[in-house]
Amino acid sequence: MPSDLSNAVSGEIALGLAQAAGAIILCAAVVALCAWFSVHVEREAAISIARGLVQMVLVGMVLAALLHGSLLIGALILVAMMVAAAFTAARRLEGLRGALPLCFCAIAAGSGVVIAAMIATGTLKSDIAVLVPVGSMVIGNAMNACAQAAERFRADVIARIGEVETGLALGADPAVAVAPQVKSAVYASLLPRLDTLKSLGLVWIPGVMAGMMVSGASPIYAGIYQFVIIAMILAASGITGLVVVLLARTRAFSPAAQLILRRPEATKS
Amino acid sequence: MDSRRKPLFDAAPVTPARRGLKFETRDLCRAVGAKRLVDDVSVEIAPGEVLAVVGPSGAGKSSFLRLLNRLDEPTGGSVLVDGADYRAIAPRDLRRRVGMVMQTAYLFPGSVAANIAFGPRQRGDVLAAEEIEALLARVGLPGFAARDVAALSGGEAQRVSLARTLANAPEALLLDEPTSALDETAARAIEELILGIIRERAMTCVIVTHNKPQAARIAARAMLMESGKLVAVGPTREVLHAE
Repeated sequence: MPSDLSNAVSGEIALGLAQAAGAIILCAAVVALCAWFSVHVEREAAISIARGLVQMVLVGMVLAALLHGSLLIGALILVAMMVAAAFTAARRLEGLRGALPLCFCAIAAGSGVVIAAMIATGTLKSDIAVLVPVGSMVIGNAMNACAQAAERFRADVIARIGEVETGLALGADPAVAVAPQVKSAVYASLLPRLDTLKSLGLVWIPGVMAGMMVSGASPIYAGIYQFVIIAMILAASGITGLVVVLLARTRAFSPAAQLILRRPEATKS
Repeated sequence: MDSRRKPLFDAAPVTPARRGLKFETRDLCRAVGAKRLVDDVSVEIAPGEVLAVVGPSGAGKSSFLRLLNRLDEPTGGSVLVDGADYRAIAPRDLRRRVGMVMQTAYLFPGSVAANIAFGPRQRGDVLAAEEIEALLARVGLPGFAARDVAALSGGEAQRVSLARTLANAPEALLLDEPTSALDETAARAIEELILGIIRERAMTCVIVTHNKPQAARIAARAMLMESGKLVAVGPTREVLHAE
């Protein structure tokens, strides 16, 4: 009955808002406690909480409207998310020309390959209501991997300019001169996801598994499915980290194999 | 080791036929933003000559040196190496022929031998153990091949850095204050070592130094730089007197 459904939805929203209010009160108490210890995050916390709630309600409304939309609409939403993720990650590559397209390519490569693989293997349904939330998890993790790898690469190269230029001065190819920095940056982007896999089920039970169990799925299947999701996230992070670092490496040198990724030029002479 | 390959390093004194590179800079400039680090410098450096580059801090000495092996790109003018614009030479080949020793040794983590073998390995050459030992003996570190670079003193590290550069068999040597990070005793020993090597190998050498007595001991000719410009060039004692 439509009226029953409407009532059920209204009831769910009211319950959700009440739960959100509870969470906000707890956050406000923590912010007050921080202020007591002279850690003032009141304004930032208020903005973050308000933004988070409004954004999630809006996403819910968009998903509700598109619940039965086509795969194309789902794909467009995911591409828009990749663009937003690239803007965020590109901030970590300040000083490198073309950071935004570089980050977009890396995130699109990592999350695109993995989402396509998940759909191809049946791990992910092409139903927009499943595709967008799970896809966004993959994109979000790819964004973090992109930012971590890019930041580590930039910082390591700048901290090791002497070693890198010594390699160049000895006739090394730029790829050889920054090989240690490439390795370290890709590893840095994978480490949090490797730790997540190691601690899976021991330290935390992620949301997807918890949600499936609440919905009545077999706990064993829910556990395996959660592993698949986290493993796919690791794969997306690895591809993204590798692509962003390899692309950043090409931009770090001039065609004449001169290191151009550096602090403002030292005037030592 | 490929027996057909010519040895990369010859520990014996140089034959008269060997000669260093000739450099000629024409209106050479390097500007970063509004700052001109090197400003219209024109100078000739003859094959086998040792030229000292002197001047106050911020004069553009190191910037000038970095332009000679194209670690930085000139924003104006040109550098001729043996009469040809060096942009026509592949950067990796240019840098093999124009070796550079920096103020800090910047050794790569690992063994001394791996550091010595680094340059030739970039071209696919494998240095034989005897060649590495000959280079180490020449820089006064016989038997150091297997040592970890982390265990070396500052003076030893700089000797390894010099041997690593020599392993590429360069025809010219650029020295960026190679002894300034060392104590007086180690500095004099490295200086004498460098002087002996550039003489026996007849390499062209350009040395940036703040140390006037060192410039006088090593170089017959000096160029004085101030604010990126070449102020004077001539016999070292005259230039140092003018500074």
